[in-house]
Amino acid sequence: MTQPKIRIRGLKKSFGAKVVLDGIDLDILPGTGMVVIGGSGTGKSVLIKSILGLVTPDSGIIEIDGENVLTASRRRAKELRAQIGMLFQNGALFDSLSVWENVTFGLLAEHKIIRRDAPAKAIEILAQVGLDATVAALSPSELSGGMQKRVALARAIASAPAIMFFDEPTTGLDPIMGAVIDELIVDCVKRLGSTSIAITHDMASAQRIADTAAMLYQGRVCWSGPATSLLTSPDPVVDQFTHGRAKGPITMALRR
Amino acid sequence: MNRLLSLVAALGALVLGTVTFIGELSLFALSGLSHIFRPPYYPRLVARSFMEIGYFSLPVVALTALFTGMVLALQSYTGFSRFGAESAIASIVVLSVTRELGPVLAGLMVSGRAGAAMAAELGTMRVTDQIDALETLSTDPMKYLVAPRLLAGIIALPLLVCIADILGVLGGFIVATQKLGFTSGTYLVSTFTHFKAEDVISGLIKAAAFGFIIALMGCFNGYRSKGGAQGVGEATTSAVVSASILILAVDYILTQVLFVK
Repeated sequence: MTQPKIRIRGLKKSFGAKVVLDGIDLDILPGTGMVVIGGSGTGKSVLIKSILGLVTPDSGIIEIDGENVLTASRRRAKELRAQIGMLFQNGALFDSLSVWENVTFGLLAEHKIIRRDAPAKAIEILAQVGLDATVAALSPSELSGGMQKRVALARAIASAPAIMFFDEPTTGLDPIMGAVIDELIVDCVKRLGSTSIAITHDMASAQRIADTAAMLYQGRVCWSGPATSLLTSPDPVVDQFTHGRAKGPITMALRR
Repeated sequence: MNRLLSLVAALGALVLGTVTFIGELSLFALSGLSHIFRPPYYPRLVARSFMEIGYFSLPVVALTALFTGMVLALQSYTGFSRFGAESAIASIVVLSVTRELGPVLAGLMVSGRAGAAMAAELGTMRVTDQIDALETLSTDPMKYLVAPRLLAGIIALPLLVCIADILGVLGGFIVATQKLGFTSGTYLVSTFTHFKAEDVISGLIKAAAFGFIIALMGCFNGYRSKGGAQGVGEATTSAVVSASILILAVDYILTQVLFVK
């Protein structure tokens, strides 16, 4: 049996009295893409931030390549997490830096290139997300939302990560630009052979960019299966969520 | 009984909150300071922060020092002329400016300008996930964002205070010679007679401490901000208020240590 690239068992996290993750179990196989769906406040971002080390879980196991990052030494956990590229929901581009400095930030930090070669390297990576060289010298504030997303994607793929996370990659974009970003994500993930996890509320996007899907509800994985079966799942929670119905097992009180 | 219990609970919560805050601030300061001495170093960011704290604060600090020196000369004259001690004006101006007014006023001015800007910048980075993004790009935010600002604050404030000292004394000189009837020679001789290197050095030590406090409170409040635009606004206010109070408190402590034998 293939060892999962990422294996999560019994992951729990509370903020004060609010239980956000209540025993999450997930396996993501190498080279596959999983989309995590769920209502607002169900802990999707906390799950990804826990894997990234930005949030410390209360208990549980997070394994990358069979090693538990929560019990590994700080240095080893950093090494394991260094293979993760992240596309943040709003891009999270550094305002004070130009586009080329943003794109090559990680490469320079890891001393994979020298600063003199960085602009040329950035132009090369920007081309992979469909942006031309003229963008490189601009600052993020001079770009449209779609272009900022592409630059953020370029930054995420710059070091050819083995694992990629996408936090609501199409949020705030028009449907056409959303589809373009999805295509770029699929293309980049396929080209790099990466394992990916995406969070999205966009069901069309979910089916485009992922092989499997998991739904979080009340702090747990309530359903998982092929992404293509999201819209046809008989599970009442999934059915209500994916079809956006006001009535059903998910109530607003629970989602607050 | 219930009211007494809730009063004790509130008091306990206040004490715990204060102790937690002091602990978090101390750990943040130690972590930031330790990163100044450990590679990788970011000289470009130190230079950028130095420009922000030092160079761009120069006009406001210079004007504050100049007018304070002028007001000090005028007020001293009003007071001392009652006792026929007008000749003491030069000594009062040089002593006040180099020991106290130069460092404290420069600290307060820079706190309002650069400290607020630091808190706003880091706060915005926090609420827009830019600080999280740094971590995912193999960069320690404490090393990249905090350490350069702390170092720049410690270096820039003493230099600003040197300029503030000169302009403060110059302000007193202008008023004394142009308005109060002192001759240039008399005033300058009196100024240099009472000018002491240790006063200037003590002022510079205070300035370095104030520079550290301004950068620390700006970074600490910005780094911990949350809740969008309102949170960033609160962090900015808190950075300026806490830095200003700390500057005055530390000024007293350092005066006690440096001058009271």
